[in-house]
Amino acid sequence: MSDAWIVAVLVGAFTIAFKAAGPVLLGGRTLPARLTGTVELLAPALLAALVVTQAVGGNREIVLDARLAGVAAGAVAIWLKAPLIVVIVAAALATALVRLV
Amino acid sequence: MTSSYREGAKRIAALTPAALSFGAAFGVLAAANGMDATAATVMSATTFAGAAQFAAISVLHDGGTVAAAVAAAVLLNARYLAISLAIAPAFDGSRLRRFFESQLIVDESWAVSQAGRGRVDKRVLVGAGLVLYPFWVAGTVIGAVAGNVLADPEALGFDGALPALFLALLVAQLVDRRTKIAAVMGGAIALVLIPFTPAGFPVIAASVVCLWGLKR
Repeated sequence: MSDAWIVAVLVGAFTIAFKAAGPVLLGGRTLPARLTGTVELLAPALLAALVVTQAVGGNREIVLDARLAGVAAGAVAIWLKAPLIVVIVAAALATALVRLV
Repeated sequence: MTSSYREGAKRIAALTPAALSFGAAFGVLAAANGMDATAATVMSATTFAGAAQFAAISVLHDGGTVAAAVAAAVLLNARYLAISLAIAPAFDGSRLRRFFESQLIVDESWAVSQAGRGRVDKRVLVGAGLVLYPFWVAGTVIGAVAGNVLADPEALGFDGALPALFLALLVAQLVDRRTKIAAVMGGAIALVLIPFTPAGFPVIAASVVCLWGLKR
């Protein structure tokens, strides 16, 4: 099995289990508030880390390149409440253009 | 009561173009990083959660290990465990039915089915999820097939679109002061660790931020 397949299958299996846990196994039970408060913070923390690593991450170094133009264009699109596809296209265009010049 | 399944379909309709194009973007990126079209489609059909799928591919793209890619995606999806437990009482019917219906829990279907005080209308959630799912999977197939004929994703600026995509997903998660502080801390941890740790590690390390959630 290739690396990509292992990732696809494992992430899929974990996610199916997460989603099913409540309705299938623990009908009616709830997580303690402290734990819920903890889990809620995972997504924003990890997504912010992904923004940073994808924007300026290199091979064990900080790399400032055309990707920053993409993030800036995407940020403007997000601020203007543009749909997700517009955010992606604007960011890709800005990155490609800066790379050309 | 079947009308509330239709209500869910109606509320999510506006988001279907986004699901299709978001799925296509995932397919293209998966193809560019050595994930074949079948694997990408299987991942979309089973995981059905865009952010985690993009996270896993990003870590692989950066040269991270399989374990790091899986860990980043699984940590990101841990929120579904919390959501799943919180809305469990809304699900009824046989165990098998509850299993399949629970798979339609995604950020979008959860958001449109809010019924006040943290409760959801299950029928609205299921209706919304059933509409969104085929668009997400079909988008992935289109992207994965197209991705194989696209020249060079980097020349097309895809590497710059990725952080912007995560930024858009992040903004949707910033619902209060705590989530905003968690985002700033997570981003800072990643930035500091990039020069010193292998690919994927800075993202996984950012999850320690949630320990702060224990202290209220």
